Amino acid sequence: MTGTATPTRRWERFTAQERIARSVLYILTVIAVVWSLRTIDIIPEFLYDAPEQTADLFKRMWPFDWAFYPKAVHSALIETFHIATLGTILAILLALPLSFMAARNFTRNPVLRWLAQFIFVSSRSVNSLIWALIFVAIFGPGALAGVMSIAVRSIGFVGKLFGEALEEAQRGPLEALTATGAPRSMILAKGYWPQVEPAFWSIALLRWDINIRESAVLGLVGAGGIGVALDAALNNLYWDQVGLILAVIFAVVIATEIVTSFLRSRIL
Amino acid sequence: MTTRPARPDAFPVDWPKRFAWIALAVYVFYALSTLDVSLDRILRGFSQAATLFGRMFPPNIAPDKVELITTGMLESLQIAVLSTFFGILLSLPLGFAAARNLSPVWLAGAARGVIAICRSFHPVIVSILFVKAVGFGALAGILALIVATMGFVSKLFAEVVEELNARQVEAVRATGASFFNVLIIAVMPQVMARFVGLTVYQFDSNLRNSTMVGIVGGGGIGAPLFTAYQRFDFDVVLTILLVIIALIMMFEMVSARIRRVFQ
Repeated sequence: MTGTATPTRRWERFTAQERIARSVLYILTVIAVVWSLRTIDIIPEFLYDAPEQTADLFKRMWPFDWAFYPKAVHSALIETFHIATLGTILAILLALPLSFMAARNFTRNPVLRWLAQFIFVSSRSVNSLIWALIFVAIFGPGALAGVMSIAVRSIGFVGKLFGEALEEAQRGPLEALTATGAPRSMILAKGYWPQVEPAFWSIALLRWDINIRESAVLGLVGAGGIGVALDAALNNLYWDQVGLILAVIFAVVIATEIVTSFLRSRIL
Repeated sequence: MTTRPARPDAFPVDWPKRFAWIALAVYVFYALSTLDVSLDRILRGFSQAATLFGRMFPPNIAPDKVELITTGMLESLQIAVLSTFFGILLSLPLGFAAARNLSPVWLAGAARGVIAICRSFHPVIVSILFVKAVGFGALAGILALIVATMGFVSKLFAEVVEELNARQVEAVRATGASFFNVLIIAVMPQVMARFVGLTVYQFDSNLRNSTMVGIVGGGGIGAPLFTAYQRFDFDVVLTILLVIIALIMMFEMVSARIRRVFQ
């Protein structure tokens, strides 16, 4: 026994496998960025006058065409608000049964659960503007198409998050109600609902906040709201009207954020 | 026989809440009446939908269309990659500036103002402005999505930095480490997992939006999509939609893997 042979220990955070996986991802990122930079099609001629164009843009925007607000913007703004709100409500109505269908503790049948998940994923994969294109083709231009596209786009979001909230519900109250012989509707109303109510409101408010933003652009493809006014102003190159509309959208979005954070602190 | 006082109801009626529900119902009817939504219109829509889906099938996969869609999709992908990369690079300093525990009050306030402006406009609206500033093409889309990335990532990154565990930072600093050593040894390991999660999420979001900015001239698949739509080539529209959905679903599977590597 020499006593001097202390084992040399190396402390490492990652296993070799983790190191390799990370390195591969870093390299792939670099390759993706380099490939994109080298092949992307940018027209340099347009860039020479970009500063002048930008200055010109703001010069034409200011002063805003305030007279345009009572003429066309106000009613369009109200319509946008209705589209976002009704779309959110419709989305919640459609998503509630689906989220029960997707919750593992409520639905035993894996086929039904898979079907609900499939609906959520397809709803979320398609952008709200694309949904708007489809619904404009179906219902014609106007607010109805906007409401439908907001609703269909939101089903996946609301359903997925609410389904996860349902899965986290405690089993105790549910079993207690079942033991009293309560019908299934009562188990829903008095067993599940009180447990998931905070999650429900926070999801609904979050989506409403997002939908106010999204409904502002739906009009660009004809689905009603303030986007229609924006599209008209853009096509006519009335930049002072465009500036006014952008300022109005900014104000509404900030106001919505204040309202939702106030409601969230009151309800939750 | 004495009657005991009635026990309180186990499920008392909450009148303010009930009124709120009634008010909501009234609002829905009022809003529906102002929006010119009628049952007749909805029913007519259903027959219209049948025609539309009839014209969508089968999806158009003629060689020239496939080529058009491939170039468009590749451009959308490039827009997503570049806007995420540069957006994240810009978000790092902005996020640090907006973190209240690291930067002075005036700087945090200013950074939060910039973030609020970036966040409040939809990427499609921002890309309209950039199309005017730098002309039609992918650059306008990239710049618009960089703005969107900065709005989202720097806000959440600031929150991550604010939750930083100060003890680890102090411990490393006590050994006499330089500023960059502190950053790499004490700060990075704490924020890396969340940061990768944010990046992956934002890339996903940018990928979805890069298919849209083309509608207003920002490059990518949006332009061929909107053209096909306006020309009523619904079979081409369907092909493009299927390709977009396939790409997004594919990336959703990849992103779960990436997150696991960095946990």
